[in-house]
Amino acid sequence: MSETPVSIPALLARNADRIGDRPANREKEYGIWQSWTWAEVAEEVEALALGLLDLGLAVGDRVVISGRNRPALYWAMVAVQRCGAVPVPIYQDAAVDEIAYQLDHCGAVMAVVGDQEQVDKLLDAAGDAAPLRQMIYLDPRGLRKYDHAKLTSFEDVQKAGRDARDRLLPELDKRTEALSLDDICVMLYTSGTTGRPKGVILSNRNIIETSKASCEFDHLTEAEDVLAYLPMAWVGDFIFSIGQAYWAGFCVNCPESPDTMQVDLREIGPTYYFAPPRVFETQLTNVMIRMEDATRIKKALFDYFMDHAQRVGPDILDGKPVSTWDKLKYRVGELVIYGPLKNTLGFSRIRVGYTAGEAIGPEIFDFYRGLGINLKQLYGQTEASVFITQQPDNEVRSDTVGVASPGVEIRIDDKGEVFYRSPGVFAEYYKNPESTADTKDADGWVATGDAGFFEEGTGHLRIIDRAKDVGKLAGGGMFAPKYVENKLKFFPNILEAVVFGAGRETCVAFLNIDLNAVGNWAERNNIGYGSYQELSQHPRVLEMMRDHVAEVNESIAQDDMLSGCQVHRFVVLHKQLDADDGELTRTQKVRRAVIGEKFADILDALYGGKDEIYTETEVTYEDGRKGQIKATLKIQDAQVFPVGGQVQEAAE
Amino acid sequence: MKDTADSHVTEDGRTIGGTLLDLRGITLRFGGVEAIKNISFDIRQGEIRAIIGPNGAGKSSMLNVISGFYNPQEGEVWFRGEKRPAMKPFQVARSGVARTFQNIALFDGMSVLDNIMTGRLNDMHAGLVAQMIWKGKAEREEVENRARVERIIDFLEIQHIRKTPVGRLPYGLKKRVELARALAAEPDLLLLDEPMAGMNVEEKEDMSRYILDVNDEMGTTIALIEHDMGVVMDISDRVVVMDYGRKIGDGTPDEVRNNPQVIDAYLGVAHD
Repeated sequence: MSETPVSIPALLARNADRIGDRPANREKEYGIWQSWTWAEVAEEVEALALGLLDLGLAVGDRVVISGRNRPALYWAMVAVQRCGAVPVPIYQDAAVDEIAYQLDHCGAVMAVVGDQEQVDKLLDAAGDAAPLRQMIYLDPRGLRKYDHAKLTSFEDVQKAGRDARDRLLPELDKRTEALSLDDICVMLYTSGTTGRPKGVILSNRNIIETSKASCEFDHLTEAEDVLAYLPMAWVGDFIFSIGQAYWAGFCVNCPESPDTMQVDLREIGPTYYFAPPRVFETQLTNVMIRMEDATRIKKALFDYFMDHAQRVGPDILDGKPVSTWDKLKYRVGELVIYGPLKNTLGFSRIRVGYTAGEAIGPEIFDFYRGLGINLKQLYGQTEASVFITQQPDNEVRSDTVGVASPGVEIRIDDKGEVFYRSPGVFAEYYKNPESTADTKDADGWVATGDAGFFEEGTGHLRIIDRAKDVGKLAGGGMFAPKYVENKLKFFPNILEAVVFGAGRETCVAFLNIDLNAVGNWAERNNIGYGSYQELSQHPRVLEMMRDHVAEVNESIAQDDMLSGCQVHRFVVLHKQLDADDGELTRTQKVRRAVIGEKFADILDALYGGKDEIYTETEVTYEDGRKGQIKATLKIQDAQVFPVGGQVQEAAE
Repeated sequence: MKDTADSHVTEDGRTIGGTLLDLRGITLRFGGVEAIKNISFDIRQGEIRAIIGPNGAGKSSMLNVISGFYNPQEGEVWFRGEKRPAMKPFQVARSGVARTFQNIALFDGMSVLDNIMTGRLNDMHAGLVAQMIWKGKAEREEVENRARVERIIDFLEIQHIRKTPVGRLPYGLKKRVELARALAAEPDLLLLDEPMAGMNVEEKEDMSRYILDVNDEMGTTIALIEHDMGVVMDISDRVVVMDYGRKIGDGTPDEVRNNPQVIDAYLGVAHD
């Protein structure tokens, strides 16, 4: 085909034609990897699209998609596009009121969902007045007794579509052919650290141009294998599992269940992999915990070779000169440690790995790169169809986010905020012209809301913090909470940290322990505990946290600009911050303002000089019920360090 | 069932058929001790039938009579409209009755998958030699049995522990694996001996959900013993109440709840 396809369905037709017998999707079901070729996917999508037409789906209608990553739900998105309608994937774990808002806002007439849980939520969220008139489900379990006036199984819709093929195919093909680059490809809700989620509209041009450029950047081909396990409502998953997959023609593999992700990862051995830092952190923590339980010889071997890997691994990966002796030792390490470890982690075949969304700890980053895994960072957002900057091979560092992606222009305004313009820039926020105008100017420049700067010499972008989070301390010093939080979170024992201090004399912090890491540590040290709350307030845990905070303070003190951000006092929270309680976004980002308000009593106690605080907190269970937890938290004073050069003396 | 004359549909849309198992005048003695005294009740096709009662009431003995572990001195067991002669437990199992145990009885050293596969033992007929060289019938049988077992693994959502040795699992999951093994036999009648004993609220809710789903989706008739009254009243269609080996109540959860004898047995107070 000489012309560039102008829509996802057009790419599907191209793939079915060109590489029809190559695998497009795999899913593990009943213990076996089931697989579909591009030709089969084209047929499945067509059958579903015909069925949707039969149900009366009109051009421009919105269709909600919700559920865990399954091939059928990806097909549903493309089938909806074939009908000229708009797929709206939503977070499957969202609370009912969030879903209600999105349903109402996008006015969806149909939904394609995974199972009973999603059906229940949508039924609760929709109410009677909503335009939602048809729900299509994959897993019939538990739904037999439901009123089927509004409910149809995926298979039945496909069957109706196949039966009506002769009648409806001309109409379907007409609609698919009418799609242009400027038509809507998908609508995605941003998670929003503040306020209501916004519906970002991305056009076919956005998705196709971005996918094309990013595939070329990393030389992705039809031979790649990826594992789709991140939420389908997230722009990254849409780009990786649909945009790039359809552009390059590679295979998207879906795990058997959310709990089997690690096993499935190992079985598939993806060549191209994306994960937010927390996934890499968890994997590393698990490895370390298991090594603690290993025999002494194994542990010694592991320590010896991992030390070597940290030292020379990244250089070998980047092709920098390394002594022959070191290379040889690395080869032996590959044989006895790195190879088996990569196999256990599912990274044996990995060619390109990305992490984004949050800063990643340098030691975590070096761990994976030391093993020979080409892990890189990118910086992006929904409004950019993901890519703003990314790291080219061999120019990878943990503290930058790379250079502008192909086709992206970047500028930084005098306040330090990062702006970009690219073919991937979103069309608009749905039904929200004011926000659109606030974010995107007439020339197409988009404000990221992040403060950053270009590093001299390398030209790599460094992100400091959310622009609106960066503030001033009462003493005039710069306050960059994210910077401090990231440093704290690099400790495996700290899951989450929230730092406050804007307009105050000093900074204070809330910490969450990582139950996995701290629990294991407690077990090894014979520390008994009955609950998360009890463990979090254990004197030895508090002591450990004091050490961690002191270490972070010491490192912050060396930065002249940010030395005021040292944490003077902190508490270890009695509950884990949770998206269900509104404390995190669905993509697990901290909502500082919400947390500050919700735990105002604790914050007051931190600044009020008290030693402990009794608090009651409302928690929301997964099914929407609410409960109260009560706790008395001990407030901790942290060691702080004088600025800059005097650090040495202070430490002595 | 042939006896469809008195089948009916429940409020939640399940069809309850005719009598599947009928116990008539069962008396079970251990030496001089009468564990069960002249008890009669029936279990109908498609229902969830609970047996409740205080400790030592004879509930487990009753279940053991049904599963063929004990042979009662008096009384008759009618299964599928036929009087059942004294049987060994494996014969009862082959006739379509499967059970779980109060104290989990799994093979700790074997994986979850292998444990559940043992539930299919009655459906494996290949000889020893065929099994060893794993050709022909042996291979076909294993593939088919594995496919059925995988459906059950999917149904009970235990894919993530498929290869894990049972000994390493927490209690709640072991119970679920035991249920899976019983289901692997594709029983017509499933006997559950305290499926929720020792569980926390969340695990109980999960287990209740699975029991209801098994009954609903697979159409399996279920008889269960349970201590947690809340659970019993929520999920059963009919309840038999036992006390000191006697039957003191029988009926729907509501009927049983208002039965004065039952209140006495459970609360131990006299009423006027």
